[in-house]
Amino acid sequence: MNSKKNYILHLADNGLILAQRLGEWCGHGPVLEQDIALTNIALDVLGQARYFYQYAAEVDGKGKDEDYYAYFRDEREFKNFLLLEQPNGDWANTIMRQFFYDNFMQLVYTKLMSSNDEQIAAIASKAIKEVNYHLKFSSEWVIRMGDGTEESHQRVQEAANNLWEYTGEFFVPAPYETEMVSQGIATDSASLKNDWQNRVNEIFAEATLQVPQANWFQSGGKIGIHTEYLGIILTDLQYLQRAYPGNTW
Amino acid sequence: MTTIDLEDQFMKRVAADEKIEPKDWMPEKYRKTLIRQIAQHAHSEVVGMLPEANYISRAPSLRRKAALLAKIQDEGGHGLYLYCAAETLGVERDTLIEELHSGKAKYSSIFNYPTLSWADMGAIGWLVDGAAILNQVPLCKCSYGPYARAMVRVCKEESFHQRQGYEILLTLCNGSAEQKQMAQDSLNRWWWPSLMMFGPSDVDSTNSEYSMKTKIKRFSNDELRQKFVDATKPQADILGIKIPDSDLKYNEQTSHWEFGEINWDEFHNVVKGNGVCNKIRLKERQQAWDNGKWVRDAATAYAEKREQRKNESKQVA
Repeated sequence: MNSKKNYILHLADNGLILAQRLGEWCGHGPVLEQDIALTNIALDVLGQARYFYQYAAEVDGKGKDEDYYAYFRDEREFKNFLLLEQPNGDWANTIMRQFFYDNFMQLVYTKLMSSNDEQIAAIASKAIKEVNYHLKFSSEWVIRMGDGTEESHQRVQEAANNLWEYTGEFFVPAPYETEMVSQGIATDSASLKNDWQNRVNEIFAEATLQVPQANWFQSGGKIGIHTEYLGIILTDLQYLQRAYPGNTW
Repeated sequence: MTTIDLEDQFMKRVAADEKIEPKDWMPEKYRKTLIRQIAQHAHSEVVGMLPEANYISRAPSLRRKAALLAKIQDEGGHGLYLYCAAETLGVERDTLIEELHSGKAKYSSIFNYPTLSWADMGAIGWLVDGAAILNQVPLCKCSYGPYARAMVRVCKEESFHQRQGYEILLTLCNGSAEQKQMAQDSLNRWWWPSLMMFGPSDVDSTNSEYSMKTKIKRFSNDELRQKFVDATKPQADILGIKIPDSDLKYNEQTSHWEFGEINWDEFHNVVKGNGVCNKIRLKERQQAWDNGKWVRDAATAYAEKREQRKNESKQVA
């Protein structure tokens, strides 16, 4: 049961931490339409996180609610990808982070739609519609920036180069994930690598960008060993619940 | 027809409650008044995103976080329709934004006050959006068609925001002593600035007369302010928190709540730029706009390239 809970929390934490980062853009976008679009994505991934937290609570069976898992776990218990806790940086960096993630999650949710676990399959079926749109949005922006001006090309290339080292973690299964794969609940993430890489190649070619060649990748997020950014994110996120515990908000 | 005839005809249409549409003739003063008001309204929506955005990361539950994000997003949407409504009067959105940044255009002064606790998310919804609704509901019948129609949608969403804000405070007031204190402190700080949102007293309001005459505006500042106090007092009683005005008392004869003197000196100072957040808000908007320039340029450059390629392939074919 623990592995299942951990796997669901991994999916939930991804959504929450990304929403937390995207929320920082709210009111600060490059133009109003894009500000609104990014908030939409934040709302979608937060919504996905909530479904997963609610399901994790059920699997955990301790009578906790979604907020318990978001607000009362410590840094080492969070299982999100390192990629998602990285700072927003500029628009190019935010979009590239989004593109790498959307590209991966579209593959994951497509597989999870036929998970042996009905609840995970149901959440995936809802999420896939959102992720299809997110991927379209982020791919279009990668192309627009890559094939836009000299400055945008340079910025988006730099973003790709900087974030590349956080993408390897997608394809290295955590122990709880391997166990879930064996039960037909999770998908084998290593098997998604080719499709993911092909799509990167395709979009980067259209964007006139170079696919980064580095082959050393960071890992640890999935098993709770994070970069220094996560602690700060959680300090902010959890502040009110921790300062005034036991209240209803 | 001479301009005088046109103006006469225009005033007759307004008097008959006909809508003025973008292509209709209108007096220059009417156009300018509308641009000023709609732009100010659009800027208020966009600057107003900032004080609430301050609490997105710290929202105390996932449900509250989602609701707050959605609410701020709605405000961005309102800004968008309002800029579009202003554009129907022959002014570019970018020009209006530059006027905001240069300080030439104003936005609602309420957003120059800081958000200092979670309860402020409740108070902004309840009081600030509540005051905005009273200002805006009559605008749904404003003489200028595009503005009136934009306001219909804005008002629906604002009234949802107001209920959401009130519900935040209700939850706090039914909670622990610390939570209730948070709500009281928030009311103490937001009450008077909310009353100021209706603008200067009728005797001192410089723009009101023309706006009333041309039915851009249908109620005076003081009338709306009184409505607000009358509506809000019983709501504060339900929350069990106290409006910070020792002069507040019910007048049986008029059936109105009479309230104390507004600090107009503070009002004028905040309008002038001396509020605690005036500089921060404008700087943040300016920075977002400046940082976004290369992004907007990239989008334009890419669109042009694509158009060019399409034309080239047409020629080849």
